[in-house]
Amino acid sequence: MRQKIFSPKWGYTGFLLPGVILFLLIIIIPFLVNLGVSFTKWSGVQSPVWIGLDNYQKLLGDATFWASFKNNVIMIIAMTIIPTIIGLLLSTFLFDYIASKFGTAISNFFRAGFYLPQILPVAIAGVMWRWILQPDWGALNWFFNAIGLSSAAHNWLGDATTALPTVMMIMIWFQIGYPLVIFMSALQRIDPELLEAAQIDGASWLQRFYYITIHLIRPEILVVILTTTIAALKMFGQIFVLTRGGPGTATIVPSYFAYQNFFEKANVGYGSAISTVMTLIIIVLTVLFINAQSKQELA
Amino acid sequence: MTRTRNLNGVGKYFSLIVLFIFLAIMLVPFFIVIINAFKTPVEYANNGPMALPQGFNLNGMIDFWNRVDFTTKLLNSAVISLTVAVLAVVVSLLNSYALGIGKIKGRTFFLVFFIMANFLPQEALAYPLYYFAKFFHIYDSLVAVIIIFTVIQSAFGTYLLTSMFSTFPKELIEAARMDGCNKFQILTKIITPISISTLSVLFTFFFIWTWNEFFLPLIMLISNDKQTVPIAISVLQGQHNMDATTTAASALLGILPCILFFILFQRTLTRGVTAGSIK
Repeated sequence: MRQKIFSPKWGYTGFLLPGVILFLLIIIIPFLVNLGVSFTKWSGVQSPVWIGLDNYQKLLGDATFWASFKNNVIMIIAMTIIPTIIGLLLSTFLFDYIASKFGTAISNFFRAGFYLPQILPVAIAGVMWRWILQPDWGALNWFFNAIGLSSAAHNWLGDATTALPTVMMIMIWFQIGYPLVIFMSALQRIDPELLEAAQIDGASWLQRFYYITIHLIRPEILVVILTTTIAALKMFGQIFVLTRGGPGTATIVPSYFAYQNFFEKANVGYGSAISTVMTLIIIVLTVLFINAQSKQELA
Repeated sequence: MTRTRNLNGVGKYFSLIVLFIFLAIMLVPFFIVIINAFKTPVEYANNGPMALPQGFNLNGMIDFWNRVDFTTKLLNSAVISLTVAVLAVVVSLLNSYALGIGKIKGRTFFLVFFIMANFLPQEALAYPLYYFAKFFHIYDSLVAVIIIFTVIQSAFGTYLLTSMFSTFPKELIEAARMDGCNKFQILTKIITPISISTLSVLFTFFFIWTWNEFFLPLIMLISNDKQTVPIAISVLQGQHNMDATTTAASALLGILPCILFFILFQRTLTRGVTAGSIK
């Protein structure tokens, strides 16, 4: 067997064999099973009953699903859009200004500091914030009471109106370091003479930032946008630890809604339909991204 | 002229101070958790969360450590993350050797396939994996989690290494072949030593990513003695009458390993974040 796999006739295919078998078992077959189950009604115990597209039809009219989807889109603002903008401004500021006036040691210190939340497992970050936001003895409300702002003390995660904005703030805090580190390494590729020349030609800071910096690090911006958008669409651990989707459906996200259907409500077919829809959305986004990336390479 | 210079000087330090305040706000949560992990419950009740601890009280951490048998959780996390990191590097290496160096037929198809595998939401695999694991009697075992994450992590590794190997100097491989190396020897004696720095970046990433994983370990590992560190700490919140200082201590126990990894792997990581960003 060994002889055969490494013989010239087999070429390099033998090396791909373990990987392909593992991918079939862990990714492809489970994904196809999940897809199949999404066309059935199944509690996970008895045999599944084929119901065609019923789960998908139910999904379209399910207020909880739409709430979870809406929250997911809002999470993209907190995990992608705001951190990317802050990351762009902060990295340019650290790279152009702080590093040149105070040295790279100082700018590296700031970079490491802002990156710190990123080293935590999402679940541990969630535990930290739940502890700080605990309504009765948590540090934040205690602080408001101590400075005489008792009216500002609030059950941040327990109130349906503040729960989602609070989770968003936590996610912004968690995410800033990622675009910052990537953009700072990307900025090193920019020729400083280019920026100097633009400055001599009378380009304002904003013009240089927009026409040179953003233009030149576009590949990294695209990568950050894609990876963080997908991270937002997959978000689970933070919600599980912070709010369990509540209060009501105020912070529910599709992955947590699918989890509930799989393991709490024994609606495995419905859970599978939710996760199939999310997979399709992610695949479409990835394809759009790869297109944008290859267009950029041609340009 | 001097006036503008002075103004610049003031602005220079003003901007630094603003940046410091911004950083301080970012790091305050860490600071509060750490100081309160070392307090007694009485101290917390009397002085509140913002006061510095009066002593170096380790009872909260010791108490939590014993209560959840934290040694076992650390071992579980370490065994899973280390094994996955090693196996996923090996699988990535084999895959990308065939795709990047071997340039076998349909390599674009395989590449797209591996990228997609990396981006798939885990909930789209979770129930079948849970069901299969039960069927094969590996449910609630470290083995199941190790196999699953080896595959998920090696999807990224294959993608990264293949693009690196596609520019690998052909002459080196030709020369080795002339010297009588077979394909397997070329992989172990030429390719692996040359790409060892990228492999170590991948190893570090896989280790940390696996350590931080939440969704699938939550589903797959339900016994107390099988759980990983993030699962044990987050599942226990609100149980066992966790008071304020014990909760802070538990959060600190979750943070400490990550800070250790960050210090240990900092160089590799900064190199790696760059490698990961540019295709």
